[in-house]
Amino acid sequence: MSSFIFRRLILMVPTLFMISLISFVIIELPPGDYMTSYIANRMAMGDDVRQDEIDALVKQYGLDQPAPVRYTKWLGNVLQGNFGFSFEWQLPVSDLIWDRLGLTVVVAFAALMFSWVIGLVVGVLSAVYQYSIGDYFFTALSFIGLGTPNFMLALIMMWIALAYFGVNISGLFSQEFIDAPWSFAKFGDMLKHLWAPAIIVGTAGSAGLVRTMRANLLDELSKPYVETGRAKGLNELKLVLKYPTRVALNPFVSTMGWALPQLVSGSIIVSVVLSLPTTGPLLLRALLTQDMYLASSFLLMLSTLTIVGTLISDIMLALLDPRIRMGG
Amino acid sequence: MTAEQPTTGTVQTGDLQQGPHDTDTYLLIEEEEERVYVATPLQMMWWRFLKHKMAIIGAIVVILLYVVAIFAEVLAPYNPETYEVALTYAPPQPIHFFHNGEFQGTPFVYGLTQARNPDTLRMEFKIDESVRYPLRFWVEGDPYKLWGFWPNSRHLFGIGDPIFDASAAVTTDTPSFSVIFLLGADKLGRDMFTRIVYGSRVSLSIGLIGVALSFIFGVVLGGISGFYGGVIDVLIQRAIEFIRSVPSIPLWMALSASLPQDWSSIRVYFGITIILSLIGWTFLARAVRGRFLSMREEEFILAARFAGAGEMRIILRHMVPSFFSHLIASATLAVPSMILSETSLSFLGLGLRPPAISWGVLLQESQNLRSVALAPWLLLPGVFVIITVLALNFFGDGLRDAADPYH
Repeated sequence: MSSFIFRRLILMVPTLFMISLISFVIIELPPGDYMTSYIANRMAMGDDVRQDEIDALVKQYGLDQPAPVRYTKWLGNVLQGNFGFSFEWQLPVSDLIWDRLGLTVVVAFAALMFSWVIGLVVGVLSAVYQYSIGDYFFTALSFIGLGTPNFMLALIMMWIALAYFGVNISGLFSQEFIDAPWSFAKFGDMLKHLWAPAIIVGTAGSAGLVRTMRANLLDELSKPYVETGRAKGLNELKLVLKYPTRVALNPFVSTMGWALPQLVSGSIIVSVVLSLPTTGPLLLRALLTQDMYLASSFLLMLSTLTIVGTLISDIMLALLDPRIRMGG
Repeated sequence: MTAEQPTTGTVQTGDLQQGPHDTDTYLLIEEEEERVYVATPLQMMWWRFLKHKMAIIGAIVVILLYVVAIFAEVLAPYNPETYEVALTYAPPQPIHFFHNGEFQGTPFVYGLTQARNPDTLRMEFKIDESVRYPLRFWVEGDPYKLWGFWPNSRHLFGIGDPIFDASAAVTTDTPSFSVIFLLGADKLGRDMFTRIVYGSRVSLSIGLIGVALSFIFGVVLGGISGFYGGVIDVLIQRAIEFIRSVPSIPLWMALSASLPQDWSSIRVYFGITIILSLIGWTFLARAVRGRFLSMREEEFILAARFAGAGEMRIILRHMVPSFFSHLIASATLAVPSMILSETSLSFLGLGLRPPAISWGVLLQESQNLRSVALAPWLLLPGVFVIITVLALNFFGDGLRDAADPYH
C-alpha cells in the first residue's frame, strides 16, 4: 500500500511542474502586462503618467526581465512558499489565496456531502419504488438538474429567495463577520450561509449520482440473492440496505476522483454569481487585470487541489479494492 | 445499456421477442424476424432509435432549434438592435384568443401602456385591453439581409392594425405602444424574443463547430494512439491525462482572458471555439483509442489482414465504419457541454462581448439581481440553454443506444 502511495506521489511531481509552467505561460500569453492595463486605467481617469515613474515601477516588479527568468524566479519562490506579489492588491499573494482556497474547499466539500446524501437517499428510493410517481418526479428533476448550468441555478435561487422570501442568499458570512477574525461565532455563521452554495454546486453532481445509484441498485435488486433473502422472510428494509445497496455504493467512491475537481471548478462560477469569498471572484478579477502572479498562483493551487483530490480518491479506491492496489 | 426510459414500463431490449407468445401471432412474429434478418445496419439503428421516445422528442426539439437559428432574421419580429428606451423592461405580452369571452378568430395581443402606481409613484407597465393587435403572418418590418445576402423586410409574424374597443377603456397616462414582445424587453427596450432567436445562432453553432474541431483532433490523435501503440501511445495518453487533471473552468477562464481585448467578435468566436475544443478532444480521443484497441483483436480484422488488405484499407473500410456510429453518438453528447461552457464564459464576461449576441451574453444582464427582481424574463435565455442541453442529451442517449443495434 505504501509503495502504491509513494509511486503516485512521485508521479505527481512532473504533473505539478507542467502545471506551473502552463499556468505561467497562459498568464503571459496576452499582449501587454499588468503595467499596460495599469497605465491605461490611470490615463482613462485623466492622470498624467510620467515615463520615469513607469520605468521605476517596471523595474520594481521585475517586468523588464525576460519571461523565462521571471518563471524560474517565481517557481523558486513558490517552492519556498512565497507566491509573489499581487500588483492590484499591493499584498503578497500568499496573504490573499489561503483563506479563499480554504473556503473553496469548504464549499466543494459541503456540495459533495449534499450530492452524496441526495444521491444515496433519492437513488435508493427511486430504485425500490421503480415507476412510482416519486420515481418519475425525481427522474425528471435529475435530468433537469443535469441540464441546468450551475450559475443559472444560482441566479434562479437568488431571484426566488429575494422575490418571494425577501432573503439575500449571496455571500458566505453575515455583514458583521466579513472582516472578523475566525471564531466559533463566525464558523456558525458560515454554516448558516453554506446551504445555498452547497445545494447549487452539488445539484448537477447529485443528479448524476441519483442516476447511477438507481441503475446499479436496480441491477442488484433483480439478482437471485435478493429473492432468496426475501423468501427467507428478511425484513425488506434491512434486506435492501444491508446487501444490494452496499454493492451499489462502489461507484460513489470511484466517482469521487472526478467529482471533487468538478465541484471545485463548478464552485468558481457560482461563487462569482453569489459573490462568495472563495477563489472565483478574485481569480476572475486577477485574470481580467492581468495581475499575473495572483492569477498563476490561483491556477497552480487549484490544479494542485484537483490532483490531490484525485490522489485521495485513488487511495480510497485502492483501500477498498485490492485489484487496483496490486495492479497499480 | 442502461434502460432508463422514464416514459415506458417495458424494458427496451431491441429484439422482437417481447411480443405475445400465443400461436395466433406466431406467424406475425416470424415475419417480423424475417424482416430483421434482412435489414441493413442503418435500418436496424433507425428502428432502435424510434423505440426511444424521449430521443425522438429530443431530436425534434434539436431540429426546431437549429431551424430557428438558421432562419433567425425571418423568425424574429424585430431587428436585435432595435430599441425603444420607453419600453425598458416591458413585460412579456401573452397571446390571447378570447376578448371579453368571445373567440376572436385570429390570435392577438393587448396593447401595452404605462400608468403611475399610486403607492410607489413609479411608472409601471399595464395591459391596455381597449386596444388589440391581431397577429399577422409575413408582415413588413425592420429590413434585414438573410444570411448577409438577401435583403428583405418580411418577418414570419408581427402585428396588424389595431382594433379599438371603447367598452374596455382603462385610464392610461400614455398611449399604447404598438409592439409585440412575446418574452418581454431588456434594459434598452429591445425585444427579448428577437435577441434570444439571434443568440441561438452563436450558442448553437459554437457547440457544433467546437465538437467538429475536437472530433478531428480526437479521431486523428486517438487513432494514432490506438493504432500504433508504443511510445506514441504513452505520450498521447500522458498528454490527455495531464489536460484532464487541470480543472477545466479555471483553465478556460485563463485562456479566454488571454484573448486580446481588441479582437473582433468573429475572431473571439473562433478563439473561444478553439479553446473549448482544446479540452474537448481528449474525451473523444479516449473513446477512439479504446475502440481501436479492442477492434484490433477482432476476428474480422484478422480475416481482412489474412485476405491481404492493406493497413489503410483495414482502417477505413473495416474499423472506422464499425465504430463510426459510436463516435457520432459521443460527439452528440459532447455538444451540450460545449454550449454550457460558452454560456458560462460569456456570462462571466470572458467570452463573447456585446454587441455580439449569444445566450451567455444575454444572461450577463441578469447578473444584476435588482434587474432580475424587476424583470425575471431576463433569465429566459437560460431556460433556452436548459431546453437545448436536455434535448441534445436525450437525442445523444438515443443515438448511443441505437449505435449498437445488435446488442
